[in-house]
Amino acid sequence: MWEKVKNYLVANALNLNIGFFLFLLVFIIPQFFANNDSILLVIRGLIVATGGGYIFYKLLLFRKNNPNFKPSESKLLVDVAGSIIAILTGLLFGLILMLIVNPGQAFGGFFVILQGGFRNIKSFGDMIYFSVPIILTGLSVAFAFRTGLFNIGATGQLTMGAYAAVYIGVKWGVIGEFSPFLHWLVAILGAIVAGALWGAIPGLLKAYRNVNEVVSSIMLNYVAMYLNTMLIVKYIYNRDFARALAPKSTAVTPLMNLHYLLPNSSVSGGIVVAIVVVIILHIILNKTTFGYELKAVGFNRDASKYAGMNSKRNIVYAMVISGAVAGLAGGLMYLVDGKFLQPLNVLIPEGFTGIAISLLGLSSPFGVLLAGLFYGSLKQGGFYLQLYSFTPEIIDIIIAVIIYASALGLFLQKFVIRAMKKREMLIDQKPEEAVEGSDA
Amino acid sequence: MEYIVEMLNITKEFPGIKANDNVTLQLKKGEIHALLGENGAGKSTLMSVLFGLYVPEEGIIKVRGEEVHINNPNDANNYGIGMVHQHFKLVHNFTVVENIVLGFEDTKHGFLQFDDAIKKITDLSEKYKLKVDPNQLISNISVGMQQRVEILKMLYRNADILIFDEPTAVLTPQEIEELMNIMKDLTKEGKSIILITHKLKEIKQVADRCSVLRKGKYIGTVDVKTTSVEKMAEMMVGREVSFVIDKEVAKPKEVVLKVDNISVYNHALKKNSVTDVSFEVKKGEILCIAGIEGNGQTQLIESITGLNPISNGSLTLNGIDISHYSVRQRNNSGVSHIPEDRHRHGLVLDYSLEKNLILQTYFKELFQHKGFLKFDEIRINSDDLIDRFDIRSGKGSTTSARSMSGGNQQKVIVAREINRDTDLLIAVQPTRGLDVGAIEYIHKQLIAQRDAGKAVLLVSLELDEVMNVSDRIIIMYEGENVGEFDPTVVSENELGLYMAGSKRSDQ
Ligand SMILES: Nc1ncnc2c1ncn2[C@@H]1O[C@H](COP(=O)(O)OP(=O)(O)OP(=O)(O)O)[C@@H](O)[C@H]1O
Ligand SMILES: [Mg+2]
Repeated sequence: MWEKVKNYLVANALNLNIGFFLFLLVFIIPQFFANNDSILLVIRGLIVATGGGYIFYKLLLFRKNNPNFKPSESKLLVDVAGSIIAILTGLLFGLILMLIVNPGQAFGGFFVILQGGFRNIKSFGDMIYFSVPIILTGLSVAFAFRTGLFNIGATGQLTMGAYAAVYIGVKWGVIGEFSPFLHWLVAILGAIVAGALWGAIPGLLKAYRNVNEVVSSIMLNYVAMYLNTMLIVKYIYNRDFARALAPKSTAVTPLMNLHYLLPNSSVSGGIVVAIVVVIILHIILNKTTFGYELKAVGFNRDASKYAGMNSKRNIVYAMVISGAVAGLAGGLMYLVDGKFLQPLNVLIPEGFTGIAISLLGLSSPFGVLLAGLFYGSLKQGGFYLQLYSFTPEIIDIIIAVIIYASALGLFLQKFVIRAMKKREMLIDQKPEEAVEGSDA
Repeated sequence: MEYIVEMLNITKEFPGIKANDNVTLQLKKGEIHALLGENGAGKSTLMSVLFGLYVPEEGIIKVRGEEVHINNPNDANNYGIGMVHQHFKLVHNFTVVENIVLGFEDTKHGFLQFDDAIKKITDLSEKYKLKVDPNQLISNISVGMQQRVEILKMLYRNADILIFDEPTAVLTPQEIEELMNIMKDLTKEGKSIILITHKLKEIKQVADRCSVLRKGKYIGTVDVKTTSVEKMAEMMVGREVSFVIDKEVAKPKEVVLKVDNISVYNHALKKNSVTDVSFEVKKGEILCIAGIEGNGQTQLIESITGLNPISNGSLTLNGIDISHYSVRQRNNSGVSHIPEDRHRHGLVLDYSLEKNLILQTYFKELFQHKGFLKFDEIRINSDDLIDRFDIRSGKGSTTSARSMSGGNQQKVIVAREINRDTDLLIAVQPTRGLDVGAIEYIHKQLIAQRDAGKAVLLVSLELDEVMNVSDRIIIMYEGENVGEFDPTVVSENELGLYMAGSKRSDQ
């Protein structure tokens, strides 16, 4: 045991060091210089430099360990390239649209879209803030998808989670007096449980009554929507503004020092929670026997039966986890200062966006994280697009096109493989000639 | 013009492996040309190149003397090339006609027109004695019939160069006989055929010439009439293969599996698919269930392994009643199972080879700790089995099961099940799709398992296998056990009569 830990430490000394310094830089040091801008700048520069350097180092290491690596043979690279092409297609389509609508401003506006969340510190923070619920609903859909289930009910689970969180935030202030962090934690746990229960329903129906989860979870979206309205009006209604009461300040998602890093933005600790969930789901799917079973059920139900796996139980578990993550998204979305649950009878759109993000992120947790951030960035771009007198809806159109294009993924991948092969041939030719020469 | 198809110096690479390495194949007009090679030798790949599914890195293809570029199956169609794949490509909830015209539909005012198609299909079907009813649903017809639909599909598209990739692996002996006749008729009409098969007997029976591949390389082409079966086997494997199995007389001991009056009810057909079957399998013997496909063997095995419930009777394993055990419980109490359908039950095609090798054991202490998989152990396990069972693939343990050749996929399953070292080994068609070398190896393994004191229950459609490997034979006909035989005494003819239902012993 000790040997193993020691070996790991030795082998990963560099990773661990970098990780530790990043931690210091992000969370600890900024606090000493709360109001000093130039120091912040230096720190941010350092973070970018270390992060970039680390990735570069990893790439070099990979090249050294795999000298014969051919990009076209790596499924991951081909898939990712497919997604990138889909994104480029969407952006191109957006540009054409803008050229048609308002040619004079089109290129300026397009640049704003490209800049997206990287415009300035504030927009960067806002981008992260807006992408948190999207990342989580994306994860929810992706996780179910890996088990062969199409959870179209993330919206409903999110709604239930949001209600539970806000209810606890409003009503259980006593906990907050005792410990603010605990109050938030309980509210978030409430959201998780509510989402999980709501997700369990289609799971149970699918497993034991063979009801198609798509149908049952769509219908549950509407049940959740009306139930939400009813419960708000009954228990936590603010008559003056015709909306839910605001959660107590102790239940609001803590900032976890991120506001020092990205001042003036709406960023909160939600992103930390989202990243933790990404890591947990990645571990569940790829490192555990549970994930091994879930994926086996998703890939081939008959074979999983043959192997003696309990596919019914696995379906229920998968939906419970999927629902829990969507519920968490709801909790984080509404445990925010100045954001209120509304008794409006509309389906909350973040649940559906999650489907798109899961597709774009190739149903892998880290992929979804990136896709979600990308979505947030586009949204920021759309926000600033108004400066060029375009409507932000252009962003939604671009995203829709991206989704269409990634649905054409297989077709795109062929294209990618062909392009990669061509390149490899060009690269290969030179060394071969040299070898032949030395043979002769 | 002598050759109708020439594939010259074809090279096709996959990650980690040259599936075809400078291979040449020349097909004469009107001949049946057999393509022989071990599992993973690159036969399917070569044919996929000809059919436009893969584009080779090197080499040229000539059809009717002209160099052509075949980039997709549509091109192949245009050059008159048709293919019946190793794993059929039919739409199960479509009818026969719909499947045949798929992609070549006639329409009138935007509506599909089937009348002409049905007429053409009926004519073709009569001409070549294919006996296919165009209006049946694919899901309702037998595997042999499905194959004839695939043949009709080629003929409908006026193909005259026909590729058959292991057409006989899934057929009964009678169906094989019919297929051979159909192929001969086809060549009489001037069609040319490439036939992939592992069964040397069939090559002897119908083929004119035979080309041999070994590990992706072209070994040579021989005239079938003048070449012995042994010689062909040697060319393909690179060593001598023994066709007779030496085994000692079985010494059965205690009963392991006792099947007592089992019935299985089929709810869709509203009748029993297995009726009152009883038998015992003892330690140290190989009991073979023989019979023509579709006489309840599948359902019987599924009820023993727990995939399908029994409606009557009881199952006892080592003295314990397991009739109501789950699949997992049965696995753990000592049943291993080489399933009939490797793609449906045996493998998770999207998992890597090493992950497929732990399909029923991933939860054991050896492979997990507190719910976390032990990847090192998993790798050690798979490297070991790959080595012992000679499983060939592009990237070893990390190869995706989907990309492996059919025979090597089968080896993965056999390796996994034998390695589980259980009291009862159920092997359903364990050598389906394997080359002669691999068959020899697996037969030896089954006998070794027997000699190590295991009870082996073998289900086979191949009379050769039944006669050579088993110690006792029972025959199933229409879901019933119609007789028990000793392979050293009974003749193949006798067995045939029982299998066809024209004879049964009074019990
Ligand atoms: N799509 C693919 N991707 C990667 N490797 C492949 C692919 N298809 C085949 N291979 C590899 O190429 C080799 C040849 O495979 P092929 O299917 O042609 O064998 P085969 O001669 O038809 O064998 P069998 O008798 O078992 O069907 C095998 O090692 C296989 O693993
Ligand atoms: Mg093959």
